[in-house]
Amino acid sequence: MKDFVLPEADFGTPARAAAAATVTLSIDGQVVRVPEGTSVMRAAAEAGISVPKLCATDSLEAFGSCRLCLVEIEGRRGTPASCTTPVADGMVVRTETDRLAKLRRGVMELYISDHPLDCLTCAANGDCELQDMAGRVGLRKVRYAPGANHVDAETQGAANPLHVPVDASNPYFSYDPSKCILCSRCVRACEEVQGTFALTVAGRGFEGRISAAAPDFMTSDCVSCGACVQACPTATLQEKTVIEQGLPDRAVVTTCAYCGVGCSFRAEMQGETLVRMVPWKGGKANRGHSCVKGRFAWGYASHPDRILTPMVRARIDDPWCEVSWEEALAFTASRFRAIQAAHGKGAIGGITSSRCTNEETFLVQKLIRAVFGTNNVDTCARVCHAPTGYGLKTTFGTSAGTQDFDSVAAADVVVVIGASPTDGHPVFASRLKKRLRAGATLIVIDPRRTDMVKSPHIRAAHHLALRPGTNVAVLTAMAHVIVTEGLVDAGFVAERCEADAYADWADFVAEPRHAPEAVERLTGVPAAELRAAARAYATGVNGAIYYGLGVTEHSQGSTAVMAIANLAMATGNIGRPGVGVNPLRGQNNVQGSCDMGSFPHELPGYRHVGDAAARAAFETAWGVPLDAEPGLRLPNMLDAALDGSFRGLYLQGQDLLQSDPDTRHVAAALAAMDCVVVQDLFLNETASYAHVFLPGATFLEKDGTFTNAERRINRVRRVMAPRAGLADWQVTQRLANAMGADWAYEHPAQIMEEIAATTPAFAGVTYDLLEREGSVQWPCTDSAPGGTPVMHAGEFVRGKGRFVITDYIPTEERTGPRFPMLLTTGRILSQYNVGAQTRRTANVAWHDEDLLEIHPHDAEQRGIAEYDLVRLASRSGETTLRATLSERVAQGVVYTTFHHPGTQANVVTTDLSDWATNCPEYKVTAVQVSRANGPSDWQDEAQARARAGRRVLPAAE
Amino acid sequence: MSPEKLARMANQIAAAFGHRPDDEAAAAVAAHVNDFWDPRMRAELLELIAGGASGLHPAVRDAAAAIRPAAAD
Repeated sequence: MKDFVLPEADFGTPARAAAAATVTLSIDGQVVRVPEGTSVMRAAAEAGISVPKLCATDSLEAFGSCRLCLVEIEGRRGTPASCTTPVADGMVVRTETDRLAKLRRGVMELYISDHPLDCLTCAANGDCELQDMAGRVGLRKVRYAPGANHVDAETQGAANPLHVPVDASNPYFSYDPSKCILCSRCVRACEEVQGTFALTVAGRGFEGRISAAAPDFMTSDCVSCGACVQACPTATLQEKTVIEQGLPDRAVVTTCAYCGVGCSFRAEMQGETLVRMVPWKGGKANRGHSCVKGRFAWGYASHPDRILTPMVRARIDDPWCEVSWEEALAFTASRFRAIQAAHGKGAIGGITSSRCTNEETFLVQKLIRAVFGTNNVDTCARVCHAPTGYGLKTTFGTSAGTQDFDSVAAADVVVVIGASPTDGHPVFASRLKKRLRAGATLIVIDPRRTDMVKSPHIRAAHHLALRPGTNVAVLTAMAHVIVTEGLVDAGFVAERCEADAYADWADFVAEPRHAPEAVERLTGVPAAELRAAARAYATGVNGAIYYGLGVTEHSQGSTAVMAIANLAMATGNIGRPGVGVNPLRGQNNVQGSCDMGSFPHELPGYRHVGDAAARAAFETAWGVPLDAEPGLRLPNMLDAALDGSFRGLYLQGQDLLQSDPDTRHVAAALAAMDCVVVQDLFLNETASYAHVFLPGATFLEKDGTFTNAERRINRVRRVMAPRAGLADWQVTQRLANAMGADWAYEHPAQIMEEIAATTPAFAGVTYDLLEREGSVQWPCTDSAPGGTPVMHAGEFVRGKGRFVITDYIPTEERTGPRFPMLLTTGRILSQYNVGAQTRRTANVAWHDEDLLEIHPHDAEQRGIAEYDLVRLASRSGETTLRATLSERVAQGVVYTTFHHPGTQANVVTTDLSDWATNCPEYKVTAVQVSRANGPSDWQDEAQARARAGRRVLPAAE
Repeated sequence: MSPEKLARMANQIAAAFGHRPDDEAAAAVAAHVNDFWDPRMRAELLELIAGGASGLHPAVRDAAAAIRPAAAD
């Protein structure tokens, strides 16, 4: 029966480290060798012997409650539980004897005596371990007479006080207590795997019951990650899609298209219909775990808002006309060529999508460089981790995180800077929290008291609640402490880093003006706390830094990244498991889109367009000359549009208007262009300014690869046909050919061959390798054919590491009498970026509008009460949204998310940007907050425009 | 592109290299601009410097000689 859903092998208890001593024992006459510390159950399973079990599963530590996995061991009394009994040398185990069979049948009989017998109509029919075990042990009758039970809603004509009705409050799964066998797998999954501690067992004995410690799941601490549902052996916790659709009949392993963690999932299908997404245990990024988005929020793929027919219009205030692919692409090609004829080849450009595959972004930049004949290509990394690219390339020699996610399990001190992993990178957060519960020290540097600072069983040893915009001052002060207190790893620095640059840097940071005491008034961080944090990081054996957009999205973003790299080099925290500098990349494939040459100054593999040898490799492969001059970056394109020198944009999968700062400026630039082409799943906000709409395909509808934040290249596998007929790479290919190219890719594997042939770090990557290994971390080359989990191990990519002086230059964005507060922005767990996908799922049940977090003291001064409508104004613009009072933010600081178009949070953000990369300064805006009566004029206009921009003419007959 | 914005961006770069000796700072500004600015932006900056725009960081002005002019298209 179980084979029906193609289950993954379950060894009952977790694997033990292979490095431990090996133990040899005999199980049912077979000689078995396993690492010390392995359970008898796992040893048996590895030898192909399955011991019956209910409360054991290999994602959780053994619990020993179900008494079904009893075995006999020679020389030991009784029948020990195989899950909690570790192996010992010379042990002789028998898993099947008459005595064991009788005991197990007795146990099953007790379970079944308080379990409904509605198997045929049960949602778990065919996927129920209780059902399987009843069959396995040969249970044939239940001798107990009906009596007190948890099953029947009524007993003897009266309500059964022991019966608890189904809790269907969560939009994605239901909890049916009548089917619960109290194995505690859900409780343990919530603790051990997810780390939320939302579930518990309430009551004792026959009164015992799984509880979310709240009236229902939705009002509890549950974050809907699905770990409990996955762990449940019965239908007690069950996906609603399975209840509605029945069980899947095939499973395809693929990669989640939400965040940069890049979780591997089994897409479980009925034909071309997705039934559920279940995290894949073999996935090296997620190790079998998931969050609410990847696990459940995929309904957008079949949402009625999907646009499935290409559309064009002559002017952006016309309604859309549905046309064929040929017409849409011919229209685009002729407009683009006309613009180039009139205004030069550099008058058009394009944006690759960090939501699309490596193969697709490679093709888009190829289209722009080889067919448009310009380097005007950029990607959404411009507005998130471009400073990481600049900073890590300058200091280490390449632009990527140094570790794999497994590395966090070996960290002793973890520094989280400007990131809220429980919101933005939830599965990594669970892995981090597991390590913290085991004793690692946590330092959080963030203006806001995030969940990492304090949540169940997690507490940061140091929270440096800095004033937004002062990262560089804080990081340089930490360096000051490390240098002046003699905490530098002198051996590492001498061997691995440039001596002169180090000496200059050490002199610089040692200056008294960088002392924690000197910068305290500026940063708001108490000097003693900063000193303690610096000491903890420098002396903690393995110190690991994880950072997010709170570091990069500043005027000094690139400087802050280099300050982080300096700290890691000075303390020798580079080049082995447990340490490193780890940018938590935002989008599923933002690492990949950067790797694939999405920047206007860099060819694939981070080689400057001015590098003649690199250019020659592509000129040979593509048969066209390439421009040696850097192209326009995204914000430069918008500026150039306003002065008329940039007039056409091919935009694959990015909602510029909602996601980019200073909305009015973006809108004016888009409106000034002659041809804006949007390729997306939905008519997004940007599409209101587009002349061509090309329907996109979801990750379920195409083959390819995504590269996650740990440089891991994961396969994306097509499980259904593209709903609009073409995968995105096919659309780009047809556009290229409409503009005169002669491309003939038949499968993304061929594009990967071209990538490998032209890009050294990908030289060894093939689809065959990915099939074999599951995934691989670049660089993947002749010298590292299996990829590179930890970078800069023997030496830095650039040779010697380079310390860079990080002067703190404050942003020009200043508070003053008109705008006395600082706005900073971020994300929330249930929504994703601009929300185009998540807003079209039941995730809105958790977050249906953006709220402004404001300190109660600031709120009181302004007469603002909880959920009041407030006006948020800056020098750029104003919007309105509802307020929530929270002490997570300091006085003088307000915080909001940008998931909902109605909020228009980016009307308020400015067009200031990072000095090196033009990455916008989303994280610091001087604002004023006051009570409001209704939406701002801009919000009303935007809504009207969005409505008008979505009009579609009925198709002509 | 607006001259104010261009000047602001150039000044930001100069400030980031402000800790270096004058000649090194100017060279670093020029190298950064050459590496990351498209030719039309460089041309506009050079015009701005040549026109004696006020408010430019000294390192920006000093960088002019080393900023690559745009090739004739």
